[in-house]
Amino acid sequence: MRGWWPFIARDLRLAWSGGGLWLPLVFLLLVASLYPFAVGPDARLLAATGGGMLWIAALLAALLPVERLIAPDAQAGVFDQLLVRGKSDEMIALAKMTAHWIGFGPPLMLAALPASALLKLDGGLVARLEIGLALGTPALAALGVLVAALTSGLRSAGALAGLLALPLAIPVLIFGAGALHPGSDAALKFLAAISLLLVAITPIAAGAAMRAARE
Amino acid sequence: MLRVEEVSCVRGGREVFTDLSLAVGAGESLLVRGPNGVGKSSLLRMIAGLLPCASGQVRFEGTLALADEHPALDAGQRLRDALALWSRVDGADDERIDGALSRFGLAPLVDVPVRMLSTGQRKRALLARTAASGANLWLLDEPGNGLDAASLSALGAEMDRHLSGGGAIVVASHLDLPHGFTRSIDLAKFAS
Repeated sequence: MRGWWPFIARDLRLAWSGGGLWLPLVFLLLVASLYPFAVGPDARLLAATGGGMLWIAALLAALLPVERLIAPDAQAGVFDQLLVRGKSDEMIALAKMTAHWIGFGPPLMLAALPASALLKLDGGLVARLEIGLALGTPALAALGVLVAALTSGLRSAGALAGLLALPLAIPVLIFGAGALHPGSDAALKFLAAISLLLVAITPIAAGAAMRAARE
Repeated sequence: MLRVEEVSCVRGGREVFTDLSLAVGAGESLLVRGPNGVGKSSLLRMIAGLLPCASGQVRFEGTLALADEHPALDAGQRLRDALALWSRVDGADDERIDGALSRFGLAPLVDVPVRMLSTGQRKRALLARTAASGANLWLLDEPGNGLDAASLSALGAEMDRHLSGGGAIVVASHLDLPHGFTRSIDLAKFAS
């Protein structure tokens, strides 16, 4: 990854100045504060379902910035300039994925703390939620970059990206929310496995999509 | 330095040009002429490796810099910072980029956000980036578009400098540029 830090730092700077870094945070907190109004303030019900709700919010938050992940740089010729300097599409996708994760993974894990308090989740559950998010957010970042690359240059890319991401996101959701129960270490391992798989295939698949879009 | 061997270009199922061969050595410049849609930009993108050749091959040794219609400069950034990203990727030092900027008359504009620059100023910025890149081969796609007379002569001087330093240039242009090209080809002759 040496030589990519200027590019990753630039992505983060653009995300920061475009409000992209705050969007997932605000989104997660909005969901957490609206949820008790919708299902009622019963602490037991909130504690039982709140963790799963936060996973859904995390998944949707990862898809929020999909339209500005790949398409603007492809149109502005940024990728062309990197490619003529001997970089590969796969490395560009890997750098994009890294920047996207740094920009939304750790902030999301931070936002999950006040959100958990709003939903009256107990300490053990919050700890398992945070471990799950640490393992699962790389998968969500990978998924965001993958669908962004596949839908780059299409009209109404955002809606299509959601549809494309859904089937791939379901395993992350099942094992992420499944890992919230005590003694569910197997779910955590499955979550780690699906995360590893998505992180491994995304640079290759997104790179191929970017190459195909150029022709 | 660059050899293009019997290359054909197919865009959207339509054959644009066929059986094109050319060679450009160190210290040489080539002008690619022809009307719109004859495949000038596609040829440059094929040389740059951004488009696959339908047949034939492109052989190239060294480093190349591409200046086309896409500025690849972040609109919200100041010109200096937007260019700094690329000089860091290129490993170019500040001195080289500052020199190129002042030769293109951009030194007073380095603190202006890119989106405030005019079309011609943006064009000069990406020509300055190309000049500072240190690449052997420059691929310039319509470099004269949007440039005023002073900037055109700066571009000509910059191209002469690059050639005398052992570099090579391929230009696609329908405008006359103030530069004595080593060779020129009319791409319309290779149209199918």
